[in-house]
Amino acid sequence: MYAQMVKSTGQGVKTREEMSPEEAHFQDRVDADEKIEARDWMPEGYRKTLIRQIGQHAHSEIVGQLPEGNWITRAPTLDRKMILLAKVQDEAGHGLYLYCAAETLGVSRDDLTEQLLSGRMKYSSIFNYPTLTWADIGAVGWLVDGAAIMNQVPLQRTSYGPYSRAMIRICKEESFHQRQGYDIMMKMAQGTEAQKRMAQDALNRFWYPSLMMFGPSDAESVHSAQSMAWKIKIDTNDGLRQKFVDQTVPQAEYLGLTIPDETLKWNEDKGGYDFAEPDWTEFFDVLKGNGPCNHDRLKARQDAWTDGQWVRDGLLAHARKKAARKVAAE
Amino acid sequence: MNALHEFLLRTGDNCLILGHRVSEWCGHAPVLEEDIALANTALDLLGQTKLWLTYAAEVEGKGRSADDLAFLRDAWDFRNVLLTEVPNGDFGRTMMRQYLFDQYHLLMLQGLAQSSDETVRGIAAKAVKEVAYHVDRSRDTVVGLGDGTDESHRRMQEALDYLWPYVGEMFASDTVDAEMAEGGISPDPASLRDAWDAAVADTMAEATLALPDSRFHHKGGRDGRMHTEHLGHMLTQMQWLQRAYPGATW
Amino acid sequence: MSSVNPGALPQTESKAKPRNEWPLWEIFIRGQHGMSHRHVGSLHAPDAEMAIKNARDVYTRRNEGVSIWVVEARHIAATAPSQKGPIFEPSESKVYRHPTFFDIPDEVGHM
Repeated sequence: MYAQMVKSTGQGVKTREEMSPEEAHFQDRVDADEKIEARDWMPEGYRKTLIRQIGQHAHSEIVGQLPEGNWITRAPTLDRKMILLAKVQDEAGHGLYLYCAAETLGVSRDDLTEQLLSGRMKYSSIFNYPTLTWADIGAVGWLVDGAAIMNQVPLQRTSYGPYSRAMIRICKEESFHQRQGYDIMMKMAQGTEAQKRMAQDALNRFWYPSLMMFGPSDAESVHSAQSMAWKIKIDTNDGLRQKFVDQTVPQAEYLGLTIPDETLKWNEDKGGYDFAEPDWTEFFDVLKGNGPCNHDRLKARQDAWTDGQWVRDGLLAHARKKAARKVAAE
Repeated sequence: MNALHEFLLRTGDNCLILGHRVSEWCGHAPVLEEDIALANTALDLLGQTKLWLTYAAEVEGKGRSADDLAFLRDAWDFRNVLLTEVPNGDFGRTMMRQYLFDQYHLLMLQGLAQSSDETVRGIAAKAVKEVAYHVDRSRDTVVGLGDGTDESHRRMQEALDYLWPYVGEMFASDTVDAEMAEGGISPDPASLRDAWDAAVADTMAEATLALPDSRFHHKGGRDGRMHTEHLGHMLTQMQWLQRAYPGATW
Repeated sequence: MSSVNPGALPQTESKAKPRNEWPLWEIFIRGQHGMSHRHVGSLHAPDAEMAIKNARDVYTRRNEGVSIWVVEARHIAATAPSQKGPIFEPSESKVYRHPTFFDIPDEVGHM
C-alpha cells in the first residue's frame, strides 16, 4: 500500500504474561477500540512503527503528485486540467495532514523530509512507474486510487487518534479521485481507436504494479501480526488484494478492456477471482531503487527542497524581523 | 475585428497563460503549504479562463467552444500580455510576476464589476473576490522575501528588474481599449496605472526593493503582433493532445 | 491533522541540529452552520498571518469555513492523559445537574 513493508519491532506479538503493566493497559485500550492520543503512554515500538508507517504514507502522497503532475500541463481540456490540478493538489494536502499526524509522535516534518530525500525512508513502489499517455491518468485514478482507498477506508478505524482523524479527512476528500479516473477511462474506452489502444495499454502497464501496492503476502509476517494487534494495520495484504481484484474485474469488463492475466477466473468456491501474482522480483527491485522512475522522482523532490531553501529561510527571517520590530515598538 | 471579442480574448488569455504557468509548480514548490496555495491560484485563474473564453466564443458566433479557443489557436492568435508567458524562473520570480499581475488584475476587475455588459459584470464580480485574495497573498510573499535574508532580497530584486520591462504592456491602451471604454464595458487600462503605481511603490518600499525607474516596455502580446519565444513552447505542451488526436473527446 | 501540543512530546528523533523549520500551528475553523470553532488540523507557517492564509488554502478548499483561528502549537496547554480519572470522573456522579434527574408530573406540562 502507500506504506509497504513497514517493519514493526520485529519481536512478534507479546503474550499477556510478557507484557509490562503499562503495555497490558495499553493493549486493553486498543482492544476496547479506544483512541490512543499523542500524550498517552505508548510502547516505544508502537511509536516508532507509526512514525515509519505514517511517514511512508505521507511521502507516498508527495511523491505521488509527480506522475500525475506530469500531465497537468498537457491535460486535453480546460475542465480536465482543473480537475487534475485539484486532485494533485489534494495529494499535497493529504501529505500535509499525514506529516502533521506523524509530528505528534515527536518527529519533525523536516526530519521526515530529509529521511525521504536521503533514501532512508521509502514511499510506495507504484509511483516509480511512468505516466506515458493521457489514459495513464485515468488508470492511476481508477486503479491506484482504487487500491489506496481499499486500504485507507479501514485505516479510519486505526488506534492512533491523529492518524485516524487524518484518514477520515483524506477518505472524505478522496472520494472523487477514483471516480475522475474511471471517468477518463470511460471516455477513452468509448473513444477513437487510438484512445481505446491507450486505455488498454494503460491497464496493461498498471495492473500488476497496482496489485503490488498491497505488498507481498504477509500471512507469515511477524511485523504484520504486531501491527494488527496494535490496530495500525487492519487487513492482511492478501485480503485487500483479493478485494481489489474482485471489485476491479467487473469495472474493466464494463469498459470493454481486458485484464492482462490469462489465468484470471471466477472461483465459485471462494466467491472471488483466482488471479496471477505480480512479479515480486520486480517489486523488490523497485523498492531497492531500480524502478523505471526512482531516480527522477527522488531528484524532483530533492530539487524542490534544495531550490526552496532560500524561500523557507527568507520568509522565516522576515517573520522574525517583523516580530522583533513589534516588540521594539511596544 | 470585433472589439468585444478581442477584449475578451485578452482577458481570458491572461488568465489561461498565467494559470498554466502557475500550475507548472504543482509538486515542486518550496514547501507544502505553498504548493497547495499556488494550485489554488492556478485553479482560480483557469476557472476564470473558462468563463471569459466561453463568452469570447459566444460573441465570436462561429460555434467554437472555450476549449477550441484554448487548444486550437496558434501563438499569433493569443492576446495575453507578455508578462504572463515568461517562464516561471525561481519561486521569487514566479511570485513577483504574480504580484505585478495580481495588482493590475484586481484594479481591472474592480472596474469590470461596473461594466455596462451584464456577462462581463457577472464574471468580474466572481473573479474580483478570488483575485483580492491572490494579491493579498502574493503581496505578502513579495514583502516577506524582499525583507527576508540577504539571498532572498537579492533574488527578489533580480526578479523585479527582470520583469519590470513587461509591466508597461498591461497599461498600453489601443483602439480596442478605447472602444471598450467608450461603451462602458471596460476601464481604459492606461487609467489604472496611477493606482497601480501607488500600490506597487508601497509594496516595494515595504519589501525594501528598489523600483526600476525605466518606463521602457516590451509589447506585442495583447495585440498578438509579437509574443516571446516561450509561448510557442508552452502551447506545444498544452495543445499537444488536441493537435495529435483531432476530433477526439476527452 | 495533528492533535494538540506536540511541543510537549519527547523530542527523541529530532534533536540532531538546530534549524529553521517553520513553527507548527493548530488550526480551528468555524463552518457555515457551526456554532463554534473546531480543531481541523495543523500546518507550518513562519508567522500567524501566514498561518491564517495557509489555513485558508489548506483547510477550506471545499467551502468548509467562514472563520479561522490559528494558535502556535507550543502555546496550547492541555490536560494530562494520566489525570483523566481525577479530572473528569468526579462529574459523573453529579447526576442532579441533569434535568432528567427530577420527576415532574405530566400534568404540570413542559418545564
